[in-house]
Amino acid sequence: MSRNFDAIVVGAGSVGVPTALFLTLEGLKVLVLDSHSSPGQGQNKSAIGGVRATHSDPAKIHICKESLRIFSRWEKEYGDDIGWKKGGYCFPVYRKKEETILKSLLTVQRSFGLNIEWRDACGIEEVVPGILPEGLIGGTYSPDDGQVSPLLAIDAMYKASKERECEFGFGETVTDITVDANKVKGVKTDRDTYSAPIVVNAAGAYAKDLGRLNGLDIPVTPDSHEAGISAPIEQFLDPLVVDLRPGPEGKTANFYFAQNREGAIIFCYTPKKLFTGTNREPTSEFLPIVARRMIDLLPRLKNMLVRRVWRGLYPMTPDGLPICDKVREIEGMYLVVGMCGQGFMMGPGIGKNMANLIINGTPLMDEKIFSTVSFYRDFYGAKKEALK
Amino acid sequence: MGRILKHPILTASKRRDITFTFNGKKLLAKEGEVISSALFAHGITVFGHHHDGSPQGIFCANGQCSHCMVIANGMAVKACMTEVIEGMLVKSLEGFPQIPHDDTPSKFSKVRTIKTPVLIVGGGPAGLSAAIEIAKFGVRGILVDDKNTLGGKLSLQTHNFFGSKGDCFAGTRGIDIGTLLTKELHSHGGELIEVWLSSSAIGVFNDRKVGIVKKGEYVLVKPEVLLVATGAREKSLAFAGSDLPGIYGAGAFQTLVNRDLIHPSEKLFICGGGNVGLISGYHALQAGIDVVGLVEALPECGGYRVHLDKLKRLGVPIYTSHTVLKADGLERIRSITICKIDKNFKPVQGTEKAFKVDTLLIAVGLSPLQEIYIKAKEYGMKVFTAGDAEVIAEASAAMFSGRIRGREIVRALGKTSFIPKEWSGLAETLRKGPGREEVKTPHILSGSVYPLIRCTQEIPCDPCRKVCPIQEIKMGAGDMRNVPSFEGESCLGCGQCVLSCPGLAIVLVDERYDQNRERARLTLPVEFTDEEIETGAEVATVGIEGEIVGKGRIIAYRNAPSQDRRRLMLLEVPFDERLDISGIKRKEAAEPEEASTLTGKEEVIICRCERVSKSEIVPLIRAGYRDVNQIKAATRAGMGACGGRTCTELILGLFREEGVDTSEVTLPVDRPPYTEITLGTFAGIKEK
Repeated sequence: MSRNFDAIVVGAGSVGVPTALFLTLEGLKVLVLDSHSSPGQGQNKSAIGGVRATHSDPAKIHICKESLRIFSRWEKEYGDDIGWKKGGYCFPVYRKKEETILKSLLTVQRSFGLNIEWRDACGIEEVVPGILPEGLIGGTYSPDDGQVSPLLAIDAMYKASKERECEFGFGETVTDITVDANKVKGVKTDRDTYSAPIVVNAAGAYAKDLGRLNGLDIPVTPDSHEAGISAPIEQFLDPLVVDLRPGPEGKTANFYFAQNREGAIIFCYTPKKLFTGTNREPTSEFLPIVARRMIDLLPRLKNMLVRRVWRGLYPMTPDGLPICDKVREIEGMYLVVGMCGQGFMMGPGIGKNMANLIINGTPLMDEKIFSTVSFYRDFYGAKKEALK
Repeated sequence: MGRILKHPILTASKRRDITFTFNGKKLLAKEGEVISSALFAHGITVFGHHHDGSPQGIFCANGQCSHCMVIANGMAVKACMTEVIEGMLVKSLEGFPQIPHDDTPSKFSKVRTIKTPVLIVGGGPAGLSAAIEIAKFGVRGILVDDKNTLGGKLSLQTHNFFGSKGDCFAGTRGIDIGTLLTKELHSHGGELIEVWLSSSAIGVFNDRKVGIVKKGEYVLVKPEVLLVATGAREKSLAFAGSDLPGIYGAGAFQTLVNRDLIHPSEKLFICGGGNVGLISGYHALQAGIDVVGLVEALPECGGYRVHLDKLKRLGVPIYTSHTVLKADGLERIRSITICKIDKNFKPVQGTEKAFKVDTLLIAVGLSPLQEIYIKAKEYGMKVFTAGDAEVIAEASAAMFSGRIRGREIVRALGKTSFIPKEWSGLAETLRKGPGREEVKTPHILSGSVYPLIRCTQEIPCDPCRKVCPIQEIKMGAGDMRNVPSFEGESCLGCGQCVLSCPGLAIVLVDERYDQNRERARLTLPVEFTDEEIETGAEVATVGIEGEIVGKGRIIAYRNAPSQDRRRLMLLEVPFDERLDISGIKRKEAAEPEEASTLTGKEEVIICRCERVSKSEIVPLIRAGYRDVNQIKAATRAGMGACGGRTCTELILGLFREEGVDTSEVTLPVDRPPYTEITLGTFAGIKEK
């Protein structure tokens, strides 16, 4: 392995790998470092795989439109199947409260050219066969969103990067980022030393720890969410379904599930009280709670077989938006962190923006939107995103 | 194919017949029988097809894989774990199952959390023994097992056990040991130990609770101390065609034959010469199944010599330094090709031999089932492990480790318990595999009667010494692993040693039979339903290797009350041959057939659940992949129902084949549940 690079990306996950790929495609000699043994062993493998552009925040809309473009064309351009399923997203609505929120967002979403519509109860039953009809008001449906296999996608991007001479160092922990005269010089790991004028922090749940090495206070705190997957069943459900209502058991904020391209039902909920920290071991609480919520909404799921559960980390920022920026105080230091649990869907889009920022000095999105993902924004002032 | 109606050891079931249908055809099953056995009883061995079109049948018959999935009354279930019920509509599973479109809302009951001082997972020899001990000390606990009877794999073992007669039932049949231990548990712990049968422990969670599906109800158990006595799983082997129905584990075979009295095969081949493979061969012969041969990759079989000798003298060809090259067949195995391997385990070209078989047993070793133990430890629980889950050994060793753990658990709960000093030594001795060979010169009492002991290998076993009424069978100083010998100046000729030897390795020679020293009378043990060999019949006699010695005549059979289901055969033989005979010839060795290539399939499946082949994984290893999780992400190997429990070892084998040191390889992450359970069960909907 050589020691001199144009750029070093720290983190070979959902964000780091596409960032490295796009930098490599721009002709840079890139090294990716990760303390895990292979790509995607942080939170990538915990991701559900849903990819939607139909957010409420302009930056996320922009980023995920780009991600969708990359994911949906991947097989054609690179040859690897990444499990892309254009099944859309559906937010069924049973209460006035969610109806109001979702309907108010439609205008913003459409102004960005997103294909999203309001459907009545019958229209929702069409896309979510077997959904509880009692009290169903309607909901949104965005057919251009979809799902991708996080596992296949990261493997494909890793291979594409490697084929283009991007280098990877696994099982290496970064112990120091050397800076001289406010300029990045390189990286020290527990094994070796590398020099590069550019270092990208794409360390996901561990972004804050990495930032500390250079005295940066990156406001990213991980909390954990549990998820599960069923044995594959014959395809019957196209969209990823999100139920925004809090759960009657008082422990869940919302929950969501989808049938992936392999036929498995993959599911997750957002806990009402956050589990802060980096523990990724499953709890006994998750299955009974999520099972009731899912069966209440879609009774036929009671007969699916649960295959596996796990717990992944959401690297949260105070305002729920990611950070994609260059560090003003240290030339050559870049941050692409704080994905707040959406690192997989944002990965390619935000990676491309980061690569553009590094190469051309500007991101792909316009400056005004870009300022909302700045490292220097007021993380505590802005209103929280309406739809997360 | 069909049911075993007559068996030398087991009694055919008197259970009621019930009806069910398979793919619309009406069939009979025995009440309480699992679907897989009912289907096998009718010769149905293909239970469905993977979504890639490959046929699937049973593989583990122990609820750990999911190759036997069928649709029963609309639900995808494991055929080996689901009892047939009257009128059940069973269909083969073709591709992905549908979930029933039942859209009626459900009512949920609360998922209970039960606290207990001790939770024992696994009711086999180790778990049962531990439960007995904790009950003796007045400690309460819960014992769970996923089968509907206690005893674990003891319930499959029809043969007499080795080990120490005084300490762990040596000389008693495994099936009876299970019953004895269960009785002992009831007498000591009737009220103290709650026994949950048909209850699977599906995982342990970070909050130190164990998830258990108790007869269809999901409960969480929070124990003060956990004992994991979950036993072992059978290792797998990958070769071209190894995924065909009809190729399954030796444990699966014993389940079919010895538990459910199914006759699953006419022509059987065995891969693996350890105790499991050798014993399975003997069980097959007892069930009237033709054992075509046995291959062992090493130059010597690893199992007990006495087990090997039994097969040899029963005419089973043993091919050492051989392996199975491939299996052929379209919907199930029709033939196998074996070949010689060199000292690096590489096939030697030109040594291929093919055999027509309908079943191949894989008996290439066991791996401890440790997932729950490892996780519980990681989560900081007070946890112990015993039996095969701790270290693979004989059931006698499992009983001892269970007893020791039981008393250690009592201590861990703050009570005093006494652990006899000699226990750990005994447990250690019982754990040991076969030791060195020692052929002793027979001690002949000219003109008299005396035993010939053909036990020439150190194994932990002592019944012959214990039963000799005049105590003339000695084992020297040291432990029970020493080779026994008869050293007396007289012998009563009572035949107790012949009856008690678990290895059936003792023959009584009676020189008093003929004063002219032209003939002698031998007393041999028999465990076959032998109506076809009548008294007075002339038979060919065989030596210890199965080689023909000469001719003999059956004089009589003697039933012995002291040893159930083993009889003594009295055989008249020429005097000069009396020391060379160890049995009578029962079958001709199968001749190899023309090598057939019915499928021509060269694909070697590594992950059976997701059907990932060797040719997909090897290029990744060559490209530098060193993390099994990464291979999993790229190929889906290990993402199936069994959670990589079958293929992980095979993948590590591929790394070794490619010259990679497996200490550099990252192992897959382990996550619950360990058995697939319906979402409704987790929600608190009780299954019918």
